[in-house]
Amino acid sequence: MQRRHLLGAALAVVVAGMSGNAMAQSGEIKIGEINSYSLLPAFTEPYRKGWQLAVEEINAAGGINGKKLVVISKDDGGKPADAQTAANELVSSENVAMLTGTFLSNIGLAVSDFANQKKVFFLAAEPLTDAITWAKGNRYTFRLRPSNYMQAAMLVEQAAKLPAKKWATIAPNYEYGQSAVAVFKKLMSEKRPDIQWVDEQWPPQGKIDAGPVVQAVAAANPEAILNVTFGADLVKLVREGNTRGLFKGRSVVSFLTGEPEYLDPLKEETPEGWIVTGYPWYDIKTPEHDKFLKAYQAKYNDYPRLGSIVGYQTIKAAAAILAKANSTDPEKLIAAAEGLSMPSPFGEITFRKIDHQSTLGAFVGKTALKDGKGIMVDTAYKKGADFLPSDAEVEKLRPKD
Amino acid sequence: MAFYVVQFLTGLASAASLFLVASGLSIIFGVTRIVNFAHGAFYMLGAYVAFTLTERFSGALGFWGGIVAAALVVALVGVIVEMVLLRRIYHSPELFQLLATFGLTLMVQDLVVLIWGPDDLLGRRAPGFKGAVDFFGQNIPSYDLFLIVLSPVVLGILWLLFQRTRWGILVRAATQDRDMVAALGVNQKWLFTSVFAVGVFLAALGGALQIPRDAVHHAMDLRIIVEVFVVVVIGGLGSIIGAFVAAVLVSELNAFGILIFPKISIILVFLVMAVVLIVRPWGLFGKPEAPARRTPGLTVNPWRPLTSNERIGAVVALIAAAALPFVGGNYAMTVGSEIAIFVIFAASLHFLMAVGGLASFGHAAYFGLGAYGVAFLAKMAGLPMIVSLLLGPLLGCLGAAVFGFFCVQLSGVYFAMLTLAFAQIVWSIAFQWVAVTGGDNGILGVWPEKWAAGPASFYWLSLAIAALCVVVLRLIVFSPFGYALRATRDSPLRSEAIGINAKRMQWTAFVIAGTVAGIGGALFAYLKGSVFPDSLGISLSVDALVMVLLGGVETVSGAVIGAIVFKAANIWLVSQTDWSKLVLGGFIVLMVVAFPKGIVGTLEAIMARWRARSSAPKSRVASMEVAE
Repeated sequence: MQRRHLLGAALAVVVAGMSGNAMAQSGEIKIGEINSYSLLPAFTEPYRKGWQLAVEEINAAGGINGKKLVVISKDDGGKPADAQTAANELVSSENVAMLTGTFLSNIGLAVSDFANQKKVFFLAAEPLTDAITWAKGNRYTFRLRPSNYMQAAMLVEQAAKLPAKKWATIAPNYEYGQSAVAVFKKLMSEKRPDIQWVDEQWPPQGKIDAGPVVQAVAAANPEAILNVTFGADLVKLVREGNTRGLFKGRSVVSFLTGEPEYLDPLKEETPEGWIVTGYPWYDIKTPEHDKFLKAYQAKYNDYPRLGSIVGYQTIKAAAAILAKANSTDPEKLIAAAEGLSMPSPFGEITFRKIDHQSTLGAFVGKTALKDGKGIMVDTAYKKGADFLPSDAEVEKLRPKD
Repeated sequence: MAFYVVQFLTGLASAASLFLVASGLSIIFGVTRIVNFAHGAFYMLGAYVAFTLTERFSGALGFWGGIVAAALVVALVGVIVEMVLLRRIYHSPELFQLLATFGLTLMVQDLVVLIWGPDDLLGRRAPGFKGAVDFFGQNIPSYDLFLIVLSPVVLGILWLLFQRTRWGILVRAATQDRDMVAALGVNQKWLFTSVFAVGVFLAALGGALQIPRDAVHHAMDLRIIVEVFVVVVIGGLGSIIGAFVAAVLVSELNAFGILIFPKISIILVFLVMAVVLIVRPWGLFGKPEAPARRTPGLTVNPWRPLTSNERIGAVVALIAAAALPFVGGNYAMTVGSEIAIFVIFAASLHFLMAVGGLASFGHAAYFGLGAYGVAFLAKMAGLPMIVSLLLGPLLGCLGAAVFGFFCVQLSGVYFAMLTLAFAQIVWSIAFQWVAVTGGDNGILGVWPEKWAAGPASFYWLSLAIAALCVVVLRLIVFSPFGYALRATRDSPLRSEAIGINAKRMQWTAFVIAGTVAGIGGALFAYLKGSVFPDSLGISLSVDALVMVLLGGVETVSGAVIGAIVFKAANIWLVSQTDWSKLVLGGFIVLMVVAFPKGIVGTLEAIMARWRARSSAPKSRVASMEVAE
C-alpha cells in the first residue's frame, strides 16, 4: 500500500513535470533558502530572524491554503559554487517548491542561472546587481530588494539639488561598486551636465588602506563625495576621513550607510549630514511597520535591521505567491508572481511583470549623531516604482525569454 | 609638495602595521620552517582581546595596558598551540604544519563570532592620539605618527634581541642551520616555543594596535594573512630588516600607485612580489637556502607500482563508485561528480608536490584557467561540449607553461610564493576584465549538452575522466621521466651530475600538473554551469594543498583519498551547520594529530611496520636453518 502510494506519487511527479510533489506528498510546503550565514553573519543573522518571524506568523494564520510552511535554510559560505551545491540539494533532495535568499550579487546570479537551467522558481532577496533582473534576467528569477539602479536614482534626486560641481567617488573594486558608481554618474550627469568628476578611488573590497585613499581624495579637492564602501571598509574610511578632515565642508552621498547594519558600528564616529539610503526603524510611523516592529521586538528583544525586513518580506512574498498560485508548479508560480501586489512593512509592493523586480522602496535621509549613536533624520520613504526606467528602456535591457 | 610628504607618511603608517605582523611571521618561519597560516588568526585575536580589555579599563593606562596585555594573552594562546599541537608534527613531511595551522584558522574565524558576536566592533581611539597634526594645510593623524615611530623602535628592539642576547644568537643559528644547532646540544623544543611566542606576540600586538583605526571583525585575518606572507617573502625569509623594507616598499607603492591607477591596490603586492622573485630569487634581503640535508629512503617507503591484488582492489572500488547512480539520488550524484573533479585537481597538485617536490600555493590558477577556457569556447565560440572539454584545459596548459618557466627557477617556499603571485595576477585579470570575463559576476550558462546533462551521465563522465587522470599520473610516476623527476626532487646535485636537466624536468612536471588541473576545471565549469573568479582564488589553492597534505604527501596517490575525505566532509558540514568552519577546522586538527603523515601516509607506515614485524621472525628462522 505504502509502496503503491509512493509509486503513484512518483508518477504524479513525472506528470507534473518534476515539481508538483512538494505539495502532493504531505500537508506542508517547503521553501529552500540559501544565504551567506557563515561569511556575513552581521547581515544574515537579523535576516534569519526576520524570515523566522514571517514563517511563524504565516503558520499561526493557518499556513498556505491550509498547508504548513517549512523553510529549509542552507549556508553558501560566500561562494557561488557552494551556493549551487546547496541549491541542488534543496531542489533534488528536499524537493522544495522554490528557492529564495542570497546576499552577494555573484551568488544571486549563480543561483538565478541554476534556477533558469533547472526550471525552478527563485526569489532573490538581497543581491543588488542590476544584471539579475535586466542584462542577465530570466523568467524564473524575481528580486525583492531595490536594485542598485533604484538606490542610485533615489540618491541622485537629492544629490542633484546640491550646489557641488566637483565630485569624487570612492567605491569597492568589484561589480557592485563599479555599477553603483556608473549608474550614479550617468543619472547625475543627465540632471546636472555642469558636474565634473575629479577623482575616483577603487580600494579592494574588505581591504581598504584608508589613509592613502582619504589623502588622495582630499588632494583632488572635490566639493562632494560619493561613497559606496560599506561594512568594515566604511568604518576605516570614516575614521580616517574624520581625523584628516576630509568630510569637513564637503557634501557626501553614500549608498546603504543608513542601514543599521552599517550605521550602528560607527557609533560616536558617525559623520553628520551625509545623504544616505537606509532603514530608520525608529522613525517610521505607519501601522504596517508598527505591527512588524512590535512583533519583532516581542520575539527577539532586539531592534530590526534592514536584513530583518528583507528576510521577513522575502518569506511573506514567497507565501503570497504560493498561496495565489495554489500549486508548486514553477510556471504557475511565475504566472502568480507577475504583477502580484502584497502588503509589506514599507507599504504595498508589486512584483513587476516586465522585469520581475519588486517595487519595494528605501528610505533616504541624512545621518546625524544622537547620544553617541548614528541615526537617520529628515527621512522620506521613496517608492521603488518611481525610480525605475521606462518600460521601453527596460525591454531593451532585458533579454527576451 | 606638502601633499606628497603627507602621502609618504601615510604610507609609512600603513607599513608599520604590516611590518609588526610580518616580522613575527618571518621569525617563526626562519626558525621553525612552519608556514604559519594561523598568523592572521592571532592578529585578529589580538584585536578582539584588546577591544574587550580597552572597553573594560578606560583611561590611558587602561588603553595602553590593554593593548600590551592583549598581545601577551594571545602569545600565551600561541604557546599552548605550539606545545599541544605543533610539537607533535615537527617531524611530519614538509608543509604538513600548514594543515594544522589552516585548521586552527578555520576554527578561530567561527570562535570569534561565537564569543564576540557577528557585528563589526568599533574600538576606542588611543588616548593622547585622537586628533591630527596640521602639516602645511594637510592633516596627519597623530596616531599615524605614533605608528611611524613605533615600527623602527620595534625593529630596533628585535635587532638588539637577536644581536645582543644569547637567545638571539641561538635563533639566528637555528635560522641558518637548525640541525647543527640541535647537534650542538641546544634544546630545540624550548627554542621553538619561545620563538613561536615572540612571533605570535608581534602578530597580536599588530592586531591590537589596529583598534583605534579599524573595525574589529571576523574577517580581519584573511585580509592580512596573504599580504603578510608576501611582505615576508619580498623581504627575504627570516630577515627582519627585509620585512621592514618590504613593508615600506609595498605600502609606499600603494600610497602613490593609487594616485595614478586607483584600481592598483587589488594586485599591487603580488606584482611587486613576482618582479622581486624573478630578479632576486631569495627576496631582497634573503640568502640562498643551504641544500637540504635529506636522506631519502630512510624517511620514505620506496614507491612501487600496485601489486595485482591491489589493482583488483582499485578496480573494484572504481566499479563500486560507478554504481552510485543506482543507489543515490540526483543530489548524491552531483556531489559525487564534484568529488571526482576535486580528485583530479588534488591528484594534479599531488603529482607536482610528491613527485616533483614542488609545493604550489597557486595551483587553482590552472584549474580556473581550464574552467575559463571552457567558458570562452562554449559561450563565445559556441563550440560543442566535447570540443570545449578537450580544448579548454589547454588554457591551463598554456598558463602552466608560461608561469611554470619562471617558477621552476626557484625552489622551496619562494617557488610556492611565486606560484601564488601568478595565481593572484590571473585572478585579478579575471576579476577586473569585466568585458571579457564578466568580472566577479562571472560567465553564466555554461551547461552541459543533453547527452551529459543528466546527473548520472555527468557523474560517470567525471568519474571516468578522474580515473583516467589518476592512472595516467601513476604511469608517469613509474616511467623513466618519473624516475628522473624523483631524482631531481631527492638530490638536485646528484641528478645534475648524472646529466639530468633538472629545470626542464620540473618545468615539464609543472605543465603536466597544470594541464590535469585544467581538465578538472573544465569539468567543474560544466558541473556548475558557470565560472567565477573564485575558481582561480587563493582559497581554492589552499583547499587543494589541504587535500594533498591530508592524504599524505609522501605517497603515490594519497591525494585521491585526501580529496574524497576533505570534499565530502566539507560539503556535508556546510549543508548541516552554519558553524561548518569550526567543525571542519577541529576535524582537520584531529586528523593532523591522528595521522601525522597524512591519512594514506600513516596507514602505509603502519602497514609497513606490521609487515616488517611479521616477516622478522621468519627471517630469523631462515638464518637459524642456514646455521644448522
